[in-house]
Amino acid sequence: MGKNLASRTGFIVAVLLIFTYGIFGIPHGGLKQSLENRINLGLDLKGGTHLVLQVHVAEAVNSSTDRDVQALNTALAATGGTAAKLDPAHPEVITISGGSPTQQSAIHEVLTGNEYAGYDVSSTGNGGYKMTLKLSEIRTIEERALDTSIDTIRERVNTLGVSEPVIEKYGLGDNEILVQLPGVSDPGRVENIIQSTAKLEIHAVVGSYGSEAEAQQANPAGIPADAELLKGSNGAGGPDQYYLLKRLAIVAGTDFRDAQPSTDENGRPDITFDLTTEAGERFYKYTDANKGTGQMAIVLDNQVREVAGIEGAIRDQGRITGGFSQDQAADLSLMLRTGSLPASISYLETRTVGPTLGAASIHQGVVASIAGLVVVLIFMLFYYKGAGINADLALILNLLILLGFMGFSGATLTLPGIAGVILTIGMGVDSNVLIFERIREELRLGKTAAAAVQDGFAHAWTTIFDTHVTTVVSAAILFLFGTGPVKGFAVTLTIGLIANIFTAVFVSRTIFDYLLSKKERGTAELSI
Amino acid sequence: MELFRSANIDWLGKKWYFLGFSLIFSVAGLISIFFWHGIPTGVDFKGGTAITVQFDSAPHEDNIRKALAAANIKDATVQRISDVGGGALGNKEIISLPMSTAQDTAHDEGRSAVENALTAGYHDSGFTVQQVDIVGPTAGKQLTHEAELATLYSLLGMLIYLWFRFELIYGVAAVVAVFHDTLITIGFFSLTNQEITLTVVAAILTLVGYSMNDTIVVFDRIRENLALNRRDKLADLVNRSINQTLSRTVIASGLTFLTVLCLFVFGGEVLRGFSFALVVGIIIGTYSSIAVAAPMLVAYQDWRAKKAPAGKRVALPAAKVVRR
Repeated sequence: MGKNLASRTGFIVAVLLIFTYGIFGIPHGGLKQSLENRINLGLDLKGGTHLVLQVHVAEAVNSSTDRDVQALNTALAATGGTAAKLDPAHPEVITISGGSPTQQSAIHEVLTGNEYAGYDVSSTGNGGYKMTLKLSEIRTIEERALDTSIDTIRERVNTLGVSEPVIEKYGLGDNEILVQLPGVSDPGRVENIIQSTAKLEIHAVVGSYGSEAEAQQANPAGIPADAELLKGSNGAGGPDQYYLLKRLAIVAGTDFRDAQPSTDENGRPDITFDLTTEAGERFYKYTDANKGTGQMAIVLDNQVREVAGIEGAIRDQGRITGGFSQDQAADLSLMLRTGSLPASISYLETRTVGPTLGAASIHQGVVASIAGLVVVLIFMLFYYKGAGINADLALILNLLILLGFMGFSGATLTLPGIAGVILTIGMGVDSNVLIFERIREELRLGKTAAAAVQDGFAHAWTTIFDTHVTTVVSAAILFLFGTGPVKGFAVTLTIGLIANIFTAVFVSRTIFDYLLSKKERGTAELSI
Repeated sequence: MELFRSANIDWLGKKWYFLGFSLIFSVAGLISIFFWHGIPTGVDFKGGTAITVQFDSAPHEDNIRKALAAANIKDATVQRISDVGGGALGNKEIISLPMSTAQDTAHDEGRSAVENALTAGYHDSGFTVQQVDIVGPTAGKQLTHEAELATLYSLLGMLIYLWFRFELIYGVAAVVAVFHDTLITIGFFSLTNQEITLTVVAAILTLVGYSMNDTIVVFDRIRENLALNRRDKLADLVNRSINQTLSRTVIASGLTFLTVLCLFVFGGEVLRGFSFALVVGIIIGTYSSIAVAAPMLVAYQDWRAKKAPAGKRVALPAAKVVRR
């Protein structure tokens, strides 16, 4: 017994040391500091923004088939056939029609070529064909759109300088992304950056008008097919302005190589940009041909941001001034650098917690935990006397293991997680109560102290096992289905319960055995 | 010190009182759910925008409402949060907007509208926005679905576990008891018109686990006594089992109740609903192990005895042999 007891004590001390290390690490500086370094706090405690986004992946499918329609029309030009998407509800279906009878085999050859392997091709009679994008292909495109969106958002978020952001797929629904930004509590700005597709283009200006009606008056035959009418976004809040622009962009979003926020000679924020070599050539040709006479409009997300006269030929470097604020200039150049999202995005859920509220929650949680702990510790001492010390030690060790595990695993402590800690205190003591009550019963039956401890633990064990398993089952289900803070609760509760089996059964038993071994066999008495 | 040293209470003799008590609370809750407050859900499930604003000095709600009205924000509810912390933690209001402000496309509009309205129209003191929860219709539906599934699966998981460890009737009795607790707790939320949020659902699931805990302690004792003694009437045996575990039940539940009470008192506004659910749930959960689950076992046995041919003795629900 003696040797066994020694090795058990050694094991307990080792566990104690390991988990204390888990909580504090090797303390450098203050204890509080090292605690903060080890325990990973959830957004609700340290403040931050939690977003759930949905990527409209159908748009990516749509633009993929759009490109194929364009390519098909070129490839089929010689055969007289045309490709088109007729049903807006089914963007995955392309219809081929009008091919001359003599060209059937040529058409068929194009459609079944390697480039269109992603489609199922079927004849609709009369020389027409129906091409349907295969389901697996649709999935691939959707998957890719989601991945690209995650990458793009991550790049944009990284430049915000957020530490430890989380950007990942989210399991609740289809095509959802979870974004967590610790320490960022202005969701408005975050949403602007993530959401804006930042389609920035430079168009030639055909005319400008004070209102839509005025534009229509000036063009009685309607807006020409190769032009479009866009509203000017007047940052200074001046009168509305409408511009008629050439539809085909001189410089498109993909032509930008780099963009940086800077300031102009008057100290106003603006954006300097670099174009790719090819776009630079094109831009040079255009500006050279129209210098002195033409006007260019800088269009951001289908709004005219700025109109400027062409004063000289520009090659691959330019600047955009458009009454930006410093933040806007920084955000916009960021978007130009990182490229656009493959599909638009909508917001399903936004949660923001300010840092002061988080700090207050920690404070309240700690106060509640300590109050609960003190109540339980005192009661156990009072009600079970000597054995109460036993239970109290087990309980404190339970908390050490719980917090230490949080430190080791990097699991996140949330506010409901703190509630889980408090519940662990309450439910953890249940095991001690079960055992002690059972030992008392055995003593009442006239058993010796050693036998009562032996039988008390043995009888209580089945119950403790069953109750812990059922609670862990419910906690596991919470973990599987829960989100964010609720998950944190499930984590602390589960770890607390598992640690409890160790402390309330193994540790507490060791202490009993130690106390009994100190006394003469048969004469030992328990303080319980 | 020892309480309930040799309790000898005829619990099953009081089963009609228990039934009456449970019925009163369940029916009151159900009436409130169906005819009065419904199940009051927060933005988590209903969707909408909830903005927690902290004011530098005690806010005047009328002026807040005026500022919102001036900005043409309709259907906003303004609700004071009373925080025992007081001081820097007090002076908070939750401004909630209905779902129409949180559509998936114009998600953030409600928040900026409220912030702008307060900046423009509320001059009594400065303010800071402390917390914003915006839940769009899609997310609200998903979260509701998720909460329902979690509750269902955890009940099912426990039923299966008890079936495996005891006998089917034990599992059924325990699940009925737990369902009873859940119903009454949700009924309390409805009666007091407190919002059920995601964390409250977590609390209810915890309560499911806790109540199950309590029931299993009694069932375990019944199983043990059945293994020792197969002659007794089941009712007597159940009574004895409850009495034997009574001391543990009262002390363990009492202590858990005290810790949860600490959470309710000191845990702050954010955890108020969570701890309220547990405060109510622990009382009901402890009661139901004695007053619902155990009597159900006996009632099932009586029903089987009545159904069986005269003179034939019906086997007791022995449960599986305890492995030790």
